[in-house]
Amino acid sequence: MKTVFLYKSCSLVLLTVVLISLASVPSFSQWVPAPGKAQEKPVYIVGGTIHVGNGLVIEKGTVVFDNGKISAVTNTVESNIDEDNAEVINAEGKHVYPGLISPNTLNGLVEINALRPTRDYNEVGNFKPHLRTIIAYNTDSWVTPTVRSNGVLISQIRPQGGRIPGTSAIVQMDAWNYEDAVIKEEDGIIVNFPVLMTRGGWWAEPGKIKENEKYFEQLNELKSFFAEAKAYSELGNVEEVNLKFEAMKGVFDKTKKVYINANHSKAIISAIDFINEFDVDGIIVGGRDAWMITDLLKENEISIILNRTHSMPFLADDDIDLPFKMPKILKDAGINFCMMAENLSGEQRNLPFTAGKAVAYGLSKEEALMSITSSAAKILGIDDRLGSLEVGKDATLVISSGDILDPVTNNIEKAYVSGRSVNLENKQKELYRKFMDKYGLEHKQH
Amino acid sequence: MKKIFILSILFSCTLSLIGQSTFPKNGVNDKRSKHYAFTNATIYKDYKTKIDNATLIIKDGKVVNVSASAFIPKGAVEVDCKGKTIYPSFVETISNYGLPEVKPLGEGRKDGIQQISDKKGAYHWNEAIKPEIEAHILFNVDDKRAGKYRELGYGSVVSHQNDGIARGSGALVSLGKKSENESILKDKVSGFYSFKKGVSKQGYPSALMGSIALLRQTYLDGEWYEKEGKKSELNISYQAWNELQEYPSVFLAEGSWKDILRADKVGDEYNVQYIIVGNGDEYKRLDDIKRTGAKLIVPFSLPDAYDVEDPIDAHYIGLATMKHWELAPYNLQKLSEANIDFALTGKGLKEPKKLFENLKIAIEKGLSEEVVLGALTAMPAKILGVDDLVGSLNEGRCANFLISSGNIFDDGAILENWIQGEPYVINRQNTRDLKGVYDLTFAGNRTIYKLEIDGKPSKPKMNILVDDTTKIKVKSTIKDNVISLSFTPKDSKGALRLSGTIDKEGNWKGRGQDADGKWIDWQVKNKQPLDKKKKEEEKKDEEKVEKLSELTYPFLPYGWKEKLEQEAVLFKNVTVWTNTDDGILENADVLIRDGRIAKVGKDLAAGGAKVIEGENKHLTSGIIDEHSHIAIERGVNEWTQASSAEVSIGDVVNSEDINIYRQLAGGVTTAQLLHGSANPIGGQSAIIKFRWGATPEEMKFENADGFIKFALGENVKHSNWGSGGTIRFPQTRLGVEQCFVDHFTRAKDYEKAKMSNPSKVRTDLEMETLLEIMNKKRFITCHSYVQSEITMLMRVAEQFGFTINTFTHILEGYKIADKMKEHGVYASTFSDWWAYKFEVNDAIPHNAAILAEMGVPTAINSDDAEMGRRLNTETAKAVKYGGASEEEAWKMVTLNPAKILHLDNRVGSIEKGKDADIVLWSGHPLSVYTVAEQTYVDGVCYWDIERDIELRKENAKERNRLIQKMIKAKEGGAKTQKVKLPEDKHYHCDSMEDEGN
Repeated sequence: MKTVFLYKSCSLVLLTVVLISLASVPSFSQWVPAPGKAQEKPVYIVGGTIHVGNGLVIEKGTVVFDNGKISAVTNTVESNIDEDNAEVINAEGKHVYPGLISPNTLNGLVEINALRPTRDYNEVGNFKPHLRTIIAYNTDSWVTPTVRSNGVLISQIRPQGGRIPGTSAIVQMDAWNYEDAVIKEEDGIIVNFPVLMTRGGWWAEPGKIKENEKYFEQLNELKSFFAEAKAYSELGNVEEVNLKFEAMKGVFDKTKKVYINANHSKAIISAIDFINEFDVDGIIVGGRDAWMITDLLKENEISIILNRTHSMPFLADDDIDLPFKMPKILKDAGINFCMMAENLSGEQRNLPFTAGKAVAYGLSKEEALMSITSSAAKILGIDDRLGSLEVGKDATLVISSGDILDPVTNNIEKAYVSGRSVNLENKQKELYRKFMDKYGLEHKQH
Repeated sequence: MKKIFILSILFSCTLSLIGQSTFPKNGVNDKRSKHYAFTNATIYKDYKTKIDNATLIIKDGKVVNVSASAFIPKGAVEVDCKGKTIYPSFVETISNYGLPEVKPLGEGRKDGIQQISDKKGAYHWNEAIKPEIEAHILFNVDDKRAGKYRELGYGSVVSHQNDGIARGSGALVSLGKKSENESILKDKVSGFYSFKKGVSKQGYPSALMGSIALLRQTYLDGEWYEKEGKKSELNISYQAWNELQEYPSVFLAEGSWKDILRADKVGDEYNVQYIIVGNGDEYKRLDDIKRTGAKLIVPFSLPDAYDVEDPIDAHYIGLATMKHWELAPYNLQKLSEANIDFALTGKGLKEPKKLFENLKIAIEKGLSEEVVLGALTAMPAKILGVDDLVGSLNEGRCANFLISSGNIFDDGAILENWIQGEPYVINRQNTRDLKGVYDLTFAGNRTIYKLEIDGKPSKPKMNILVDDTTKIKVKSTIKDNVISLSFTPKDSKGALRLSGTIDKEGNWKGRGQDADGKWIDWQVKNKQPLDKKKKEEEKKDEEKVEKLSELTYPFLPYGWKEKLEQEAVLFKNVTVWTNTDDGILENADVLIRDGRIAKVGKDLAAGGAKVIEGENKHLTSGIIDEHSHIAIERGVNEWTQASSAEVSIGDVVNSEDINIYRQLAGGVTTAQLLHGSANPIGGQSAIIKFRWGATPEEMKFENADGFIKFALGENVKHSNWGSGGTIRFPQTRLGVEQCFVDHFTRAKDYEKAKMSNPSKVRTDLEMETLLEIMNKKRFITCHSYVQSEITMLMRVAEQFGFTINTFTHILEGYKIADKMKEHGVYASTFSDWWAYKFEVNDAIPHNAAILAEMGVPTAINSDDAEMGRRLNTETAKAVKYGGASEEEAWKMVTLNPAKILHLDNRVGSIEKGKDADIVLWSGHPLSVYTVAEQTYVDGVCYWDIERDIELRKENAKERNRLIQKMIKAKEGGAKTQKVKLPEDKHYHCDSMEDEGN
């Protein structure tokens, strides 16, 4: 006990020193600013256009939150506010949105992808459900603040590599440490469904495409793994603990989801069979060719975390706007879907614009917004807390001076995670100011 | 066996000399003249001259003559060829027959790029340049392989070692069993060249453009060697190269029709008219190919149909692939109709037998037999200048000919292939056409059996006709003129077995035993025609009106069928982003005519122009992508040497890239196609206009200044290559600077030497390019990230008296914008990429706006095929992050790149006289909600959102038709293959690809 106490007091001293030094060199701290403080008094966001996130829009309404939860959403401009005991934010002419949710990301798992020491998403082995992504989540990444600055406040983080790369987690992106960041610690099992066709080469230089001769072997291996894990989960007492199967238990009582990466239409068809066979809470991730089998997806009530719209049509023959209009196709077919952004964390901040792109190809703006808010929350199983501006949900939201989905207008002025005000500074803004100052130029952006 | 001097063969085309042999004999003299007369034959003296009832006389392995006379000289053995047809044996031009397999000289290096040749001796520095290889020296008779050629009807081949870029000389060899000395008909026929480096493990060249540059340099070096070089060194390769220039040059350009144009262009530069080996898709661009004036050698392998029964599998086959399946059989016919001289090669056929199968398919579809025979005999001989030796049965030619049972392009079979006067039996099976209904009778018996014979001569099907519906099968064997039959007549207790012969008149007779074992005499006579239904012919008629895919330009989905024309269009009441002092004009009109912007103003008169209402729409100049890697073929990086200034993307433009169309749909009209970033001094770039459907050359922006890619940082240091990239200089930024200083110093010295001694200096394409830079005739676009190296390069340039034109990527440009301004350089950057490697850690999305504000004209580029489709919203990020004005941001993808590329007198703004490269947008061009409705290049509407919908429907319809046709073909017995996914190549700066072999 004594040693612990000493340690604590040491760290307090240290912290004080750091705080003092930060105060004298404020710019350094802004690369990864301190997380917001717990909400102390109710906040009223007044007069803004409220995009609820479930399709509804309230022109000139009020959002109130207290103790980190949304306490009221009204279609009136509240004027009767006790300003001494509340914070009032005038949002007139501005837009209020739920914090954006980015599924299927490497946020906080890699800093600079070319540098191996900064990569923590691909462990050795093939079946690795026991790997817990959450513990590698780096809250101090320089990249994360730049992503937040465009309105993305929640991420699903997941490993890559192998048939089962591991267990994903869901985090909020304004945290001191990973435990502080947890929304869902063990969210789901990631499955890379066997591919029918394999392509050699690498990302920029795709090699020859071959049929995967081991497809059935790999599928059987996957099925056996699930079958054995299921049998194991039904055992009362186990003689010898199997960490992999332990990690799979939640799959069969549906406390964990199964995120299945599949793009080829036949792989998706097989994946649906797989979901039904093992009766799991399965979600298709990728879904490039989903448009070919919408009836089947609908019939089986399969949800999709859709590849980013900013991708190429797979085939020269494809409609050249196919990835752009995929969201509309799925929407029209009545399929639950949400959208993902670019793979690398540096480009995660473009999530709202990938959604916006779908608007030019038939989706309504609010539907596009749903695909990165409420639909994402629902598919990830966090809709009890997140994804829309509704009473009782977390006060995780942003205020943008313009339309959040369009890069020319997206401008996040304020962001809150569970009522805590997020510091929207980041390394890049700091560098901007540093050099504008060097040149004696006026800051056009804060 | 008689031995003949090789020389006597070479010089005895018209005279038959007495052959003498230098070889000692073991035994008595057994000289034979092999004097034969083949009489009563239908003889093709050459592919055009068919003589009926003719006589062919050969002696000493040569043709004496072919005539309609029946005169048989004394001493000649007569061979009666009644009913038979004699053709000249075929000539193959592309083969490595009799040559050893080529193996790599070394194993390459694991720690990086092999720079030096592993070849020992006084040869060229590059392993892929080996003009000293002489096929006739390496040649060994290989009877097993020769036999396969003979079976197909070939009598001689031009054999060369099929490896490398300069492959040396090929020899004409006959396919008999004679000794090498006698089989080599001509030692050097032609030189052989290709774009493929082959088995060499030496790094250079790694890309197609490197192969082309190496070839160019070798032409120059050969000339220099002759004049100067040989005074100071002996180089066997250059000696051989120069000697080889006296012979015809055959170029294997087998990638696609584009390779034919590429090869011809290189040839033209050095006054060489190549004979070009194509790949079978020439039908796609006949006019352009004809314009080359090249004689062609074309393969004739036909693609198999696909397994398309599964609709999902079928979805993954490209329309272009399916169309090629349908049209490839017409390739020869189209070449012939276009009056392009061509020879056929069997090269590339998976199974040799396919040659005839494929030819028959093509003939069925309308190809003339005469053309085919010519392409197999006289054309190859003529094209390679050996028609005095082979290819016809004119006097003095080698006695290489085929005796066949009839028309070999119908159901005639090759019976014998005579080579240099020696017979090789190909087919012993029956070749008589026995089809018909005969009377089979027995002595002393009144029963007449009706014997029906059908099927191929080699496999006759015989039946006894009992009545209209009943047949009894007859087992039969026929060998030469000996025949045996057996069958069990109706009501007989056992089989009738017959043995006999067929006489010259076609009558059969012999002895047999009945079911009781009693001997009987039998005969077969009174041949009557088969009672065949006309079904087959009807079927053929049906096929003649076969519906075929139309050619499109390019040969891809969304290509155009009829050339798109320049239009006169008046855009009315549209918001015009002029990029001039006029700014953004509301409710304005723009008239385009003859490919130019004719007028900008209000209330303009249409004057016959098509009017497009532009209310709520925006009109801008087309997007210009300063940094693109689309539309490049077979390698974006010649990544092997620190300087590859001699290579040019202009040589490898791929006009058939779907990304051109996709980006037109994003409003892009011009792009600079850049070399990659693996070398400090990269390669020359190409600037193209997106003229969808044009050839690579036609796409190039006319009279554009030349540019070249330079690069700095991690890529040129091979920092992220792992252990495979640790030996090439430079490995540090320190080395990068010295690499530049060294090269420019050398270029200066080169220039000095050239000025003082112009005739003695070897023209060095790399140095010439560097001189162009120093003399301000070529301009640098440099891939750059970190401020230190950016400053360094500007200082190096200043030291050598020139200015860097552009820093591309330039992610830390904002840190030294003042220095850049002072140097006078332009910037072209990504909007917001960062954090993917260490040197981009300080990249900020405000970069473009800061640079612009500091007075450095700045562009936003893509470097990515996908992002190139939405540069309008990428540039919007300059507004979002850096606070640039919308107008300024828009210039970053239009006017600024035009300035950077020195094209702002032609494109980049909407003003009178500029090219009509414009885009009509559905709304505000910076908005994510906006789409390009129309994109014009030179006043031609290459993208139209409405027309695109129509094209999709047409594509779907055409796909469906072809799928149904493939299913029918499969049902009809055609071979099929499994569906494979297409390969789409999307290049980035750091893409590496080996041209390989």
